Amino acid sequence: MPFLILENLSKHFDGNLVLDNVSLQLKERELVAMIGPNGSGKTTLFNAISGFLKPDQGKIIFKGIEINNLPPNKIARLGITRSFQRIRLFHQLSVLDNMLLAARYNEGEKLFSALFRTRLIHKEEEENIKKSLEYLSFVGLFDKKDSLGENLSFGQRKLLELAMAFASDADLILLDEPTSGVFPETKAKIIQNIQKLNEDGKTILFIEHDMELVMRLAKRIIVLDHGKLIADGHPDEIVNNEHVLDAYFGKRKSYA
Amino acid sequence: MEYELHLFIITGIFVILALSLNLVLGYLGQPALGHAAFFAIGAYTSSLLALNAGISPWIGLFIGASFAAISGMIIGHLTFHLKEDYFGLATFGFGLIIYSGINNLTDVTRGPMGLPGIPQFIAFTDLYNSLIFYCILILLFVLITIFLTRRIIYSPFGRVVQSIRDDELAAEALGKDTRQVKIMIFTIGAFFAGIAGSLYAHYITFIDPSSFNVMESILVVLMVILGGMGTIGGPIIGAAVLILFPEMLRFIGIPDAVAAPLRQMIYGFLLVILIIKRPQGLVGKYKLW
Repeated sequence: MPFLILENLSKHFDGNLVLDNVSLQLKERELVAMIGPNGSGKTTLFNAISGFLKPDQGKIIFKGIEINNLPPNKIARLGITRSFQRIRLFHQLSVLDNMLLAARYNEGEKLFSALFRTRLIHKEEEENIKKSLEYLSFVGLFDKKDSLGENLSFGQRKLLELAMAFASDADLILLDEPTSGVFPETKAKIIQNIQKLNEDGKTILFIEHDMELVMRLAKRIIVLDHGKLIADGHPDEIVNNEHVLDAYFGKRKSYA
Repeated sequence: MEYELHLFIITGIFVILALSLNLVLGYLGQPALGHAAFFAIGAYTSSLLALNAGISPWIGLFIGASFAAISGMIIGHLTFHLKEDYFGLATFGFGLIIYSGINNLTDVTRGPMGLPGIPQFIAFTDLYNSLIFYCILILLFVLITIFLTRRIIYSPFGRVVQSIRDDELAAEALGKDTRQVKIMIFTIGAFFAGIAGSLYAHYITFIDPSSFNVMESILVVLMVILGGMGTIGGPIIGAAVLILFPEMLRFIGIPDAVAAPLRQMIYGFLLVILIIKRPQGLVGKYKLW
């Protein structure tokens, strides 16, 4: 069974069709890029999958469970994590705390556990700290573990976001423009981290505008335009696809 | 000496109240503007139980706090989805409802005439002994409140609470049930406010609606912001400054008729200066705005 199934997803905003009958399947361990002009519905699709936006029509099935009516926190706990285009971190908490918030707790985050601290809960916390520090070293933020989120540079925040995706233990990771606006060195680091996540068995769907990066990283590309899925396939097919060229380089036909 | 002990007791009661608001305002980041309502529910519940049903203040204290906690939970359920100013307005409205409730339900609360003769925890014949007893009692409750606040905040659960203050949406995206956490914190905050209310009633032995009006809610908000949101020390310092400061005006020899409005002006002035110069409060770490 496919890992993630989107079935005839549609969403209107004030009469505008932002998602138009989108159907899509992802297999486990795929590394897929989503491209499309601005306003083509890419972020809306992410919002729908992660539960922040309820589609008007259609179904989303993740690991065999219908998730389109679940609140975001339930969807996250089923194993979907996402980043936001405008980075969302906890600015007044330390980098390590940010990591621990992404980490998975079974017991420790309950109020009861805060009041009655058992050995088991201490153990869970210690293990999460250990893992978080490992991930921080991996992305090169170990030295920053005690800094507040707000004191990180833009590139460091992007890296922290990825480290949090590692820590989250999610199976499906949605990344909204993971490398936009960062220096080339940081970009290289981020790409390396995405590849590592994929090698570790994560399924990754990412939105990206940098075509060179997309071609290098993705083994499959999905193209959205005007809320419609206009192409889906191997990168080599996509660059020669007539519809895609139209959407990006004019001679624009209406697909609505 | 009696006067100093009295000030110590009153400060202690407001420290508990400010610490309880700090959970909601400082750690959860929700601008609750009706906290005096929970203070009132605690005070009136245990006073009425003691006066009408002869229930011991020791038991009434916990019944009152539980009533406050239940109303906190209900308010939480009704307002968890409201953001910032809207949440502030809703809780402000709740404060008004409770105030006009106790003001107008004259059959139960005697309205503006207030409730006199509320029994104390232990009836002392000697004023000094009574004050010493209350000092110890209040100190004990202050310590319990500090202990439990620390216990809740310095834990993975407390981390989730603070993540909601920083970015609720991001917390939700990381799988935190923000709604449930918010309701829990409202409930705990209201519980301690209820404790403070009941302690106040059984110490002063007379309550009327004027102790629980909107200005009282604002005063507690001021204590937390002035001292520093999201710390334990902040609300303690804030409560001490705002309780003891007006008393000092008295010693300078300013007549009461002038002192009251002057006090309000100085509070307002302090708050403006603080928000501009030091938004995290005197000893605080966190900014709400």
